[in-house]
Amino acid sequence: MNENADPAEIFRQESAELLEQLEQALLDLEQRPGDHDLIDTAFRALHTIKGSGAMFGFEQVAAFTHEFESAFDRVRKGEAAPDPELIAVALNAKDFIRSQIERPEETDAVIGVCILADLRKLFAEAQAGAPIEASAEAASEPAAKSTTWRLRFRFNKEVLVNGSNPLLLLDELRGLGDCRVAVHCESVPPLGEMEPDACYLEWDVVLTMAHPRSAIDDVFMFVVDDMELKVEAVEPGAAEAGAPTAEAATAVETAAPVPQATAAPTHPDHPAGAAETSAKRAGGMETSTIRVPAERLDEMMDRVGELVIAQARLTQLAAAGGGTKGVAEEIERLTSALRDAMMGIRMVPIGSLFGRFRRLVHDLSRDLGKEIDLTTAGEETELDKTMIERLADPLVHVIRNSADHALEDPATRVAAGKPAAGNINLVARHAGAEVLISVSDDGRGLDAQRIRAKAEENGLIAAGAALTDAELFQLIFQPGFSTAKQVSALSGRGVGLDVVKRTIEGMRGSIDIATQPGKGTEITLRLPLTLAIIEGLLVRVAEARYAIPLTAVEECVEISEADATRSKGRSFLNIRGELVPFLRLRELFDEPGEPDAHQKVVIVAAADTRVGLVVDQIIGSHQTVIKSLSKLHADVPSFSGATILGDGAVALILDVPHLIALGQVRETRIQAKTPEPA
Amino acid sequence: MPNAEESSRQVLMLGLAGEMFALDATQVREILDPIPVTRVPGAQSYVSSVLNVRGKVIPLADLRVRFGMPPASITPDTRFIVLEIELADEPTTIGIVADKVYEVTDLDTSTLQKAPPIGMRWRPEFIAAIAKWKDEFIIVPNMKQILN
Repeated sequence: MNENADPAEIFRQESAELLEQLEQALLDLEQRPGDHDLIDTAFRALHTIKGSGAMFGFEQVAAFTHEFESAFDRVRKGEAAPDPELIAVALNAKDFIRSQIERPEETDAVIGVCILADLRKLFAEAQAGAPIEASAEAASEPAAKSTTWRLRFRFNKEVLVNGSNPLLLLDELRGLGDCRVAVHCESVPPLGEMEPDACYLEWDVVLTMAHPRSAIDDVFMFVVDDMELKVEAVEPGAAEAGAPTAEAATAVETAAPVPQATAAPTHPDHPAGAAETSAKRAGGMETSTIRVPAERLDEMMDRVGELVIAQARLTQLAAAGGGTKGVAEEIERLTSALRDAMMGIRMVPIGSLFGRFRRLVHDLSRDLGKEIDLTTAGEETELDKTMIERLADPLVHVIRNSADHALEDPATRVAAGKPAAGNINLVARHAGAEVLISVSDDGRGLDAQRIRAKAEENGLIAAGAALTDAELFQLIFQPGFSTAKQVSALSGRGVGLDVVKRTIEGMRGSIDIATQPGKGTEITLRLPLTLAIIEGLLVRVAEARYAIPLTAVEECVEISEADATRSKGRSFLNIRGELVPFLRLRELFDEPGEPDAHQKVVIVAAADTRVGLVVDQIIGSHQTVIKSLSKLHADVPSFSGATILGDGAVALILDVPHLIALGQVRETRIQAKTPEPA
Repeated sequence: MPNAEESSRQVLMLGLAGEMFALDATQVREILDPIPVTRVPGAQSYVSSVLNVRGKVIPLADLRVRFGMPPASITPDTRFIVLEIELADEPTTIGIVADKVYEVTDLDTSTLQKAPPIGMRWRPEFIAAIAKWKDEFIIVPNMKQILN
């Protein structure tokens, strides 16, 4: 971990993870109120945020979290049940903590006060109300009965350096109940040998308290790895005898063979500081993770990109010269392995994103008064990290749209013979070089007639225009389109779905819609696996070279001169009986001069539509490291980016969806002019 | 952009169709001999191509087009100047073509004048200031406007 990193930033990152855990635990708790593991997870997350918040100077966060934690402790002790109302308040509290951490200056403390008031009110009601399920812990150790414990503990010498303060821990112990403390100084070395920042002391504590044993463990939660702790229950009668006096302490020492404090710590030294210790604790998951700053990954990606380019250049040289061929092949193998490994690092499972939507659906369900179940599958599907981040907003829009428009209210559903609770199913899977993410619902389905009427009303299509259903459904992604009769706070303003379309197309993806009236709708986002490197087909048009994403290429055919003349003014190609419109890239790109004698056509496809691109030469496949074009070229729609070729020249990458749309426009124009060919 | 308190600032002097231009030296990243460029079909005529500078694809702007000067072919003196400027709040690397690059020099800021609103051959918003240097008038172009 970077030692120079701003500690506050580490806290922010860490607490973001913890808050995520807390939210998941709370949402799970709503489903399984009796699950103590979940309550403990939530509690631990809160406790850690409180502790490290105070440590890194987020006093307000620590203070609020402390109050929240105290209130939540009653759930842990079984004094209150985690009912939906409580979960809702707890989720609000979690949001408040997040905003306190991320935007402290914009966060109004009054909100926190209100949330705490809500929490207290709920607990007050819970206590007045019917008896509630007692937790296992409370049942086994009745809370009312006091127990006396004898504690003996000693820290590793480095404990002070690691930021723990034994005095505060003792204070916390005192807070638990009646507490007597004795200190052992035997291990303190002569002044000359003493290290100023080492802790040589050892403590005996006799504690009488009403809390269960786990309360003691909570006190030492953060230092338990760096200390030796012995806890014994003392029989009620023996409590007096066990009072920790200096003599008793010596007696204990002789009786119990505790290692001498001067001896080397029995625990292996933890070379890292608090950050790593807590990272280890948080890493309870099966796979260990490393946090790497994103810009470092980007930089590595750039280097790999350059390597790929250098390799392409070497291959070119080798092809011309000969002798270097073996080396070139070796480097090629290495480069592609390195590239795959690098891409692998950037891949993260989409489950992290799905997790966020549980909260969204939970809130939507409450706000809309509809019962909605969210089911997910394929959480393990991996996707480039930058894509996952960019996907969050579009998916929120799609899910909102499903919840608000597609799912009927419970009464309508029951009348239609469906279960009262609507279902939204979120699935991710790999398909070839693409990732498909689909959001399906079991709602009312899209109404082609209503969409048509609305589109005509808004002037999106001409009245009576001949459109297939698929084309009609694509209209819902047009800006300003909304069929919702009522504008709700959630959706219906016609903003949202067009953002989805733009974002997805910006990632070189596309959107499919499938719907069955009365049964439901499925919206599928198709995305390329990565944004950084693609396999491309290099072509030549006049003197310029262009790259076409290979995933879009269906086939390459030769266009005979006869075909070319015959089809003049009728830009169609007969591909095995099917008419495919084609674009002459020479014309499109204003290249002067005569085309080459044997023109080739690259058939590209997106979804179900195809278009042929007429080029002078097909050069071959090319590892395409995608470089974005600057803002100065943002107005050029034909290209989605650029790449650098082996000889150092720049080749532009064709934007296939745009070219297909262009081909479609020509097709409809021609169809309007000439009777449709049979 | 010029700081009002500075009495002089470093500029790169370059020639374009017989006129002298001065570019703030802090914007200049490097000066290159001409390398092959790639035309971008459909782009605005003043940024009609892109080129590869150390693995980055950057646009190449031709000030001649913006200043209504006749196009020129590449000569042994032609240079590409790589600049880093803020466009829409984002640092952007671009290249511009110069017929000739002279030198980096200190320009006395007291000689800087606002471009007269009339009597100019060029669009006034493209010119940040007019300065005097060695008895010659030189143009300090407003790159942000030119590339807008």
